Amino acid sequence: MAALGSPARTLRGLLRELRYLSEATGRPYRDTAAYRYLVKAFRAHRVTSEKLCRAQHELHFQAATYLCLLRSVREHVALHQEFHGKGERSVEESAGLVGLRLPQQPGGKGWEP
Amino acid sequence: MWRSCLRLRDAGCRLLTQPRGALAAPARPGPTPQAPARAYAPPTERKRFYQNVSITQGEGGFEINLDHRKLKTPQAKLFTVPSEALAIAVATEWDSQQDTIKFYTMHLTTLCNTSLDNPTQRNKDQLIRAAVKFLDTDTICYRVEEPATLVELQKNEWDPIIEWAEKRYDVEIGSSTSIMGPSIPARTREVLISHLASYNMWALQGIEFVVTQLKSMVLTLGLMDLHLTVEQAVLLSRLEEEYQIQKWGNIEWAHDYELQELRARTAAGTLFIHLCSESTTNTGHQGKLPTLHGWWPAGAG
Repeated sequence: MAALGSPARTLRGLLRELRYLSEATGRPYRDTAAYRYLVKAFRAHRVTSEKLCRAQHELHFQAATYLCLLRSVREHVALHQEFHGKGERSVEESAGLVGLRLPQQPGGKGWEP
Repeated sequence: MWRSCLRLRDAGCRLLTQPRGALAAPARPGPTPQAPARAYAPPTERKRFYQNVSITQGEGGFEINLDHRKLKTPQAKLFTVPSEALAIAVATEWDSQQDTIKFYTMHLTTLCNTSLDNPTQRNKDQLIRAAVKFLDTDTICYRVEEPATLVELQKNEWDPIIEWAEKRYDVEIGSSTSIMGPSIPARTREVLISHLASYNMWALQGIEFVVTQLKSMVLTLGLMDLHLTVEQAVLLSRLEEEYQIQKWGNIEWAHDYELQELRARTAAGTLFIHLCSESTTNTGHQGKLPTLHGWWPAGAG
C-alpha cells in the first residue's frame, strides 16, 4: 500500500488549496460544496483512524490524489503564465532565459533608421 | 455548444486580421517595420461568463449549472456524471476559473466530456485492448545497458514494481534490454484483459488516459490498486529524465513545467478511475455509509 502520511495533513493541504481556488470568486472557501464534502467525508472516517481500514485508506488515497491534482494544476498554471502565456519572446528575453545578454554597441549599429 | 461558438469566433477573428497583413507585406517595398508582429500568440481563453456554479441531481446523475444554464459537452449532450464527488470536483474546476476559463487546466471536465461523447467511438473491448497493448512497450520494462548508474537506478526503482504486479496478478511480465522489448506471455495478456473487463466504460476511459500519460500499464495498475501514489508513479515514469536532470541540471520552463502537467493529468485520471469505478462514493450520503463498513468484523469500530 502506498504510504500517504497522516490524514490530517492531507486535509490541511486540501483546505489550503481550496483557499487558493476561492480567490477566483472572492467568496469564503468554507461556503463551497468541495469544503463541505471533504470535511464530511473526513469526519465520517475519523473513528477508524487507528485501525487499518480499507475504506479509510481508499478515501485517504483519493484525497491525496485530489490534493496532488489541485497543487499540480496551480503550479502548472503559474509556470505557464510565466513562461508560455505571453506569446513569443523578444530576442533580448530569449537570450536572458539561457543566461546570455545581447551585445551592445555604443552609438548604435549604423543601420537603424 | 458554447465551445463550438468559441471556435467560430476565433476563426472569424483570424479571417479578419490575417489576409490583410499577408497582402500588405509584399505590396509595400519600403523598409520593414521596426518590430514585425510574429505569428505566435498565446491560445485565447474565454472570459468567465457565469457567476455561480451549482450541482443538481437529475435522472441520469449529477448535473452542473453555470448560473441558470446547464453545462453541455462539446457534442451538445447534457453533462451528467455518475458520482457526487466527481460532480463536486468538476464544479470546483469551473468555479475556480479566474476572469478567463483555462480549459487546459480542467482535466476532470475533459475526462467527463470524453466519456460522455466518446469521440473515438470505441467500445469496451477496443478500449481494453488499447490499454493492454501498452504492455508491449511498457516504460518500466525497457532497460538500458549503459551508463552503469542508470542501469542500477532502473533496477532498484522499477524491479520492485514489476515484482509487485507479477505477484498481485499472478502473471509473468519481466523486463528486457532488447529494442524489441520484453516478450509478454499470452496468459498475462488474458489475465489483465479479464481484470480490466470488470471496470465500466467511464473507468476504462480514465485507465487508458493514465496509461498513455505514464506510458506504462504496470504503473497504472499500481495507481488503480492503491499501491503507488501519483507522485511516485510520475517519478517512476520519468526516471530517466530525473537521472539526466540530476546530471545536467534542471530547467524550470521545460522540466518543471512537464512534471507539473504530467502530475496534474495523472492525478486527474487516477481520481477519475476511482470515483467512477466504485459504488461506495457514488452516493456520499450519511445514510449509506454503514454499508461501506459492512465487511468489518463485529465490534471493530
